This record gives sequence, C-alpha cells and structure tokens, in this order.
Amino acid sequence: MEIFGVPSALLGSQLLVGLINGSFYAILSLGLAIIFGLLNIINFAHGAQYMMGAFVAWIALTKFGVNYWVALLLSPIIIGALGVVIERTMLRKLYKLDHLYGLLLTFGLALIFEGLFRDQYGISGQSYPVPELLQGGINLGFMFLPIYRGWVVVAALTVCFGTWFVIEKTKLGAYLRAGTENPQIVQALGINVPLLITFTYGFGVALAAFAGVLAAPVYQVNPLMGANLIIVVFAVVVIGGMGSIMGSILTGLGLGLIEGLTRVFYPEASAVVVFVIMVIVLLVRPAGLFGKA
Amino acid sequence: MQMKKLTTLACAAAFATLSGAASAQISGNTVKIAVLTDMSGTYSDVAGPGAVLATQMAIDDFIAEAKPAFKVEMVSADHQNKADIASNRARQWFERDGVDTVTELVTTSTALAVMKIAKEMDRIALMSGPASTPITNEQCNDRTVHYTYDTYSLANGTAKAVTQQGGKNWFFLTADYAFGQSLEKDSSAVVVANGGKVLGSVRHPFPASDFSSFLLQAQASGAQIIGLANAGADTTNAIKQAAEFGITPKQQLAGLLMFISDVHSLGLQNAQTMYLTTGFYWDFDDDTRAWSKRFFDKHKKMPTMVQAGQYSSVLHYLRAVNAVGSDDAGKVMEQMKKTPINDFFAKNGRIREDGRMVHDMYLAQVKTPDESKGPWDYYHIRATIPAEEAFLPLSESVCPLVKK
Repeated sequence: MEIFGVPSALLGSQLLVGLINGSFYAILSLGLAIIFGLLNIINFAHGAQYMMGAFVAWIALTKFGVNYWVALLLSPIIIGALGVVIERTMLRKLYKLDHLYGLLLTFGLALIFEGLFRDQYGISGQSYPVPELLQGGINLGFMFLPIYRGWVVVAALTVCFGTWFVIEKTKLGAYLRAGTENPQIVQALGINVPLLITFTYGFGVALAAFAGVLAAPVYQVNPLMGANLIIVVFAVVVIGGMGSIMGSILTGLGLGLIEGLTRVFYPEASAVVVFVIMVIVLLVRPAGLFGKA
Repeated sequence: MQMKKLTTLACAAAFATLSGAASAQISGNTVKIAVLTDMSGTYSDVAGPGAVLATQMAIDDFIAEAKPAFKVEMVSADHQNKADIASNRARQWFERDGVDTVTELVTTSTALAVMKIAKEMDRIALMSGPASTPITNEQCNDRTVHYTYDTYSLANGTAKAVTQQGGKNWFFLTADYAFGQSLEKDSSAVVVANGGKVLGSVRHPFPASDFSSFLLQAQASGAQIIGLANAGADTTNAIKQAAEFGITPKQQLAGLLMFISDVHSLGLQNAQTMYLTTGFYWDFDDDTRAWSKRFFDKHKKMPTMVQAGQYSSVLHYLRAVNAVGSDDAGKVMEQMKKTPINDFFAKNGRIREDGRMVHDMYLAQVKTPDESKGPWDYYHIRATIPAEEAFLPLSESVCPLVKK
C-alpha cells in the first residue's frame, strides 16, 4: 500500500523514528518550560547541560568503569548539583532584572562549558556503546526497531509524565506553583521559597543531563551536540507556550512526528519545518498552543 | 629648467629606491606565513591546531636545513568556516601585515573567497584542507595551489574500488551544501562509469544529528551500497546509527570523505571494514612513521592527511622562496611548479599548471578490532592510486590556465 507515493511501511517507520526524536525534544523542552515557568529564566545553558550529562556518562564509563544504569542516575545528580551552584551564586542575583540578563548569563555559561569540553576532548566526539541489556533490535514487520530506541521513548515519557504529575497533582507541586505566583505570601506561610526555586532549577538542569545520558549511545558524544539541538528545543517551547508543562511535552512529541514526515516528503526542509510552524503559531496564537494569553 | 632638473632628480631617487628594494628581494627580510583554519568548529580536529603545529614544524625544519638569511614568521587565525570572516582576515594580513602566503583554508567556501583576494593582491594561497574541485577547475587561478586531496580523487578512490568489487547499486546520503553535492556528483559519475547504477539519493540538512529517517529511506531503496557524501560528525553519526538500525552489514556503507580522526572517534567496532581514500597514512613507511611520531609527541594525536599535507606544502613553499631568493609571488610560484615534491608526504608530487598538486593517493580499508594492535593502528592500505589517475585529467579541465 502506498500513501502519497510513499510505501506505508516506510511511513510507519518514519513516524516511529519521529516519535523517538520527539521524546528527546519533549524531555529537553520540559526542563526549559519548568525553569521558565517557575523562575522566569530563559535557560540558554540547557544545551550545554545536556552535553555535559552525556560527557559525565562517558567519562564515568571510560575512566571509572561506571555502567550505563548507574550513570543514568549519577550524571543528572552531578549536573543538577552544578545547576544548584549556578543558581545560588549567579542566577539568584538576576531575578529582579529583565529576562535578557538571565538569558545573557546562561548563554555565556553555555559558551564557557562548550569551550572547556572542546579544549579537553576535541570536536570529533567520543563513542558511547549501547548497554548490553538493550543491544539488538526487534523486527516489527515494517521496520527494524533497535531496542535501545524503544527504551528511549519509554524512559523519556515516564520521566516527562512523572514530572507533570508531581507539579500539577501533588502538594509539593502546589507549593511550587504558589511560590511563583506570589512568593511573599507563600513565604509568610512558612515555606522556604528560595530553597524551592534553587531545587527547581537543579531539577530542570538534571532533566537536561538525563536526556544527555539517554542520547549518548545514539549520537556521538561531542561538545557541540547540545548547541545543535537547543535552538529547535527553544522553538518547541515557544510553540507549546512558554512555561506550559503539558504543552511542552505534547508539542515536543508532535513536532518530532512532523519532522519525521518532512524527512520523507521533502528532506531538504526538515531542518526548517519546526521554525515554519513556530512562525504560523505565533501569528495565530501569540501565547503558544497551550499558553495562557 | 629648474623644474626639469628637479624632476630628473626625483626620478633618479625613485629609481635608486626601486633598485634598492629589488636587491633586498625579500620584503622586510621576513617571510610571513599565515594559517587560516577552523580552530574550534566541525573541522578543527581535521585541520585546526594540528595544522598550526604542522606549519611551525615545517618552519623549524626549514630553518634548521637551509639556515636562510631571512626570517620566517607564522601567524594564525580562526575563520570559523565563514567565508566573510576568512576574506576580511586575509585582506588585513595582505594589506597591513605583509603576509606572503595564506595557507590551509579548510572548508571550500573560505578557500574560494581567499584565493580571489590572493590573486588580486599578488600573493599565494596554499590549500591543504578544502575538498571541492572547482578550486583548480572552473575557478582556478595562477596564485593558488590545492595540495592534499579533492572530491574527484576521493570519488575515484572509494567509489571506483567499491563498484569494481561488485557494489553496483548505490544510494547517496548527501549533506545539502556545495561540498556534499560536489562529492555526490563526482562519485555518481565514477559509479556509472564503472558499470554501476545510482538508485537515488537523499539530501540531509547540514549539520544533522539524527540520521535514522534518512537511513531508513536508504534501506528501503534496496541499494547494496549507501554512499555517505558528507563529512565529520555527520558521517560518524550516520555510520553509528546504520549499525544500530541493522542496516549494516546487510547493506554496505561507503564513507566518501573520512579522516583518521573520524575513525578514531567512531572506534573500530563501528568503522571496521569500511573503505576510504586518503592522501596520507602515518604508518605507511619509515619516513611517514618518523615524521608522525614527532607530530604525535607534540599533539598527542596522529596527523590527518590535511595536517601532513600542510607541513609538506609550507616546506615546499619555503624551499622555493630560498631557491629564488625572493618572496615575489610569481617567481616563487614558478619555482614551486618547476620543482618536484619528494618528502614523507609525497613521492614525485608535482604542481600542475592549474594549481593542482598531484601525488599518489591510497585506498584504505579500516581494520577490525582484532587486526588492530592499538590506538591509531587503523588502516590496511589496499591499493595505491597513481598520481595520473587520482586527479581530474587536464584533458577534461575547464581551467583557462591549461593550454590545449
């Protein structure tokens, strides 16, 4: 069977591949959305933090023999802790100023991190092997699905919806949301708002590092892996609506699918399709698909 | 009368100054060599700091060997793979800083921009890193030398060898910019000329990180060979993901431009048994090993063909300057074209009238992890492609400098 001249098997496999890429977009844009929603900081260092997550996993494996599963936990903790330090020592001083200052600071940090890793490891990147348990693939009839890619989707979606649940449905999440709405009153009720904000930033950064570890066996681990991705992820956040948690997850997955289809029908446009959609969305709904105007 | 006398005096003075300059021959008694390269981007492992080191080694070796009466200086800068940055910098070097030659120039767009300025300013451009054939074909000029390799020689090595060994049906995965398209075009021609068939191609954005969609299209085409008409991180990511999706080993990949730094970064597990074309391999003979060891001691990585070619081209240039006792671009170029190149990099290499340095190229196959004795022991050299066959024949050239 063919759809628009493309065999349906090929189309099916492209949609699945799109979903896999969408999972990466979802988890990265989720971190950005949380940070923006609760801190009002546009975290331009997100791509660098994703890259460092992957590098920490690679260093842990090659220098200390730490396996993938431990790294999946360890790397977000280490990079998240670095995020906490950044928030405490630098970002904190910028909350009262315009968004632009936070953007400039995090952009500068991203350049510094990428420069340091480039200096140390060069540009070609390092290979991270697929963990033994997840090697090989399953023949789905219409395509050969590497088990690892399947795992990426499961892990990313679990983390995304877990995060959404904590923020939207639990008491801790309620404190967080209240703390951003009206910090003085929440503080008066005996809740340590600055601490809450620090950990929110740390958590958003840890999500980036988690995505980095997930990406390490798929892509070459190299100092610019985040810089290449971050622009698309920003577009995802803008399309979904700045600060909308569910919006960023659904938009991430949806844009992955659209990008996958573009790669079949008109591959040359696959790098710009996300931005074309962004322009259209901004014209029609300036607050984004899920944003509150 | 008085006026006429003054004029005569002035003319005499001017003539005296002119002939004075002529007897000094080398301006400021210093030869200035500039390295304009990608110091931090995609191609910085292929050229970059290693190319700067190779240039310095060439200068040091030249001074030790020739003990010249003039000084040799080196300057370097990062062109960030952007043609506008490259041309501004080159112009500044030529006009203000008295640079005699701008070298390296990885990334075709920067090379094409700088070679025009060099011609205009009557200086020399020595290119080791860029790949596209127009440098010595459609856009050739008499102040440019293209030294290490080009897309024609790559296609003529890898695509020819793979097709002749039975890989008749091809599908191309092409980086969607000038270099990728030029590589696809040259390779397709070679495939067809050797009795093969091109089933299709897909153009991917540059740079890309996820190749699974494109690879699945290549898989669906049923081609025996998937030709990778891209470079650097694009190539390494595509190779890694082809293995992940079970495309290899059922279908074979042919990396049309791969450097030893790419193989090192991929690891032999991912890159094994692939064919590639190279102008240089460190473990080829005693001369290449000796030079590469010196390079490795300083750089901690083995040289790529671009870095080795960079050394060779700078040394050849300096020897020519020394031989003619002048840094005049025309005289030096004439001497460079007249003298054969014999060093660890090239045996009987020569620079043709179109500026193309022709030398033997090698068809290499990447070793399996079991065959390799350790880091950097990566290639079997399967064939030598003689200089006359490796590059575009002058009979097919459209360069106006070629007399027909």
